Amino acid sequence: MSVRVGVVTFPGSLDDRDAARAVRIAGGEAVALWHGDDDLKQVDAVILPGGFSYGDYLRCGAIARFAPVMHSLIERANTGMPLLGICNGFQILCESHLLPGALTRNDSLHFMCRDQRLRIENTSSAWTSDFISGQEIVIPLKNGEGGYVADDRTLDALEAEGRVVARYLDVNPNGSRRDIAGITNERGNVVGLMPHPEHAVESLTGPTTDGIGFFTSVLKSFVSL
Amino acid sequence: MARVVVDVMLKPEILDPQGRAVEGSLRRLGLTGVNDVRQGKQFVIDLDGVVEGARLELLETLAAELLSNPVIEDYKLQVIEDSV
Repeated sequence: MSVRVGVVTFPGSLDDRDAARAVRIAGGEAVALWHGDDDLKQVDAVILPGGFSYGDYLRCGAIARFAPVMHSLIERANTGMPLLGICNGFQILCESHLLPGALTRNDSLHFMCRDQRLRIENTSSAWTSDFISGQEIVIPLKNGEGGYVADDRTLDALEAEGRVVARYLDVNPNGSRRDIAGITNERGNVVGLMPHPEHAVESLTGPTTDGIGFFTSVLKSFVSL
Repeated sequence: MARVVVDVMLKPEILDPQGRAVEGSLRRLGLTGVNDVRQGKQFVIDLDGVVEGARLELLETLAAELLSNPVIEDYKLQVIEDSV
């Protein structure tokens, strides 16, 4: 039986279809989840996709955090279910306090859209085990509020515990503290990532196919059980 | 009738690029002596009845958890009675 990976659609989600396609290309079964329904449909893992949930009103991800689906998701994530938040999904994970810190307006004030080089620094999380530590990848990045901030104590702890999953190389596109592009929780099952691996899974449409590793990682984490 | 006003500002240590852009504009438009500009949000909530006890506590909780993000923002809540 294939691994069931849920993809949540909020009002204003953009990348839910690409995320579902990435799951299928990686060999999993994509299951559509709806923000207003707290039924997780027996999925094994969940992706919160990019976009502008609830129009980014109030703060990015602030309203999505209180959606009915999030109650069940936060519960399951706290007991170890793999959960990946991409871009707006990362913002939702921070607003939900599943991950520390917050995402703020890009320091340039410009919306950034580019193919971004990253270094994968943690290969023990549920979503990055299929990479080699230190591996450099290129995937699209597109955000207006992607500047990762946290206090120095939190940043020091993230670094000391190896919880920085990916770091920006060449250019820091949004003013993120310590070039942080993605982080994980202590358990390694919840990952937030500002760039978009789901847009780099096929050579026809992506700059590379480097993004597929995030999706194969989570599928393999179930096969190896 | 009561009115509750919640002001939300980025914490002083958080970079405010919007405030910085506004600061540049103020200077270009001839304002002298500008030291700093910070941009925030104001929520004006009109309510029936009085705001006290459990209702005030709920408002404080909502200001802290929904209207502001304690990681990057501070809030100030004021209750203004008989205003509407």
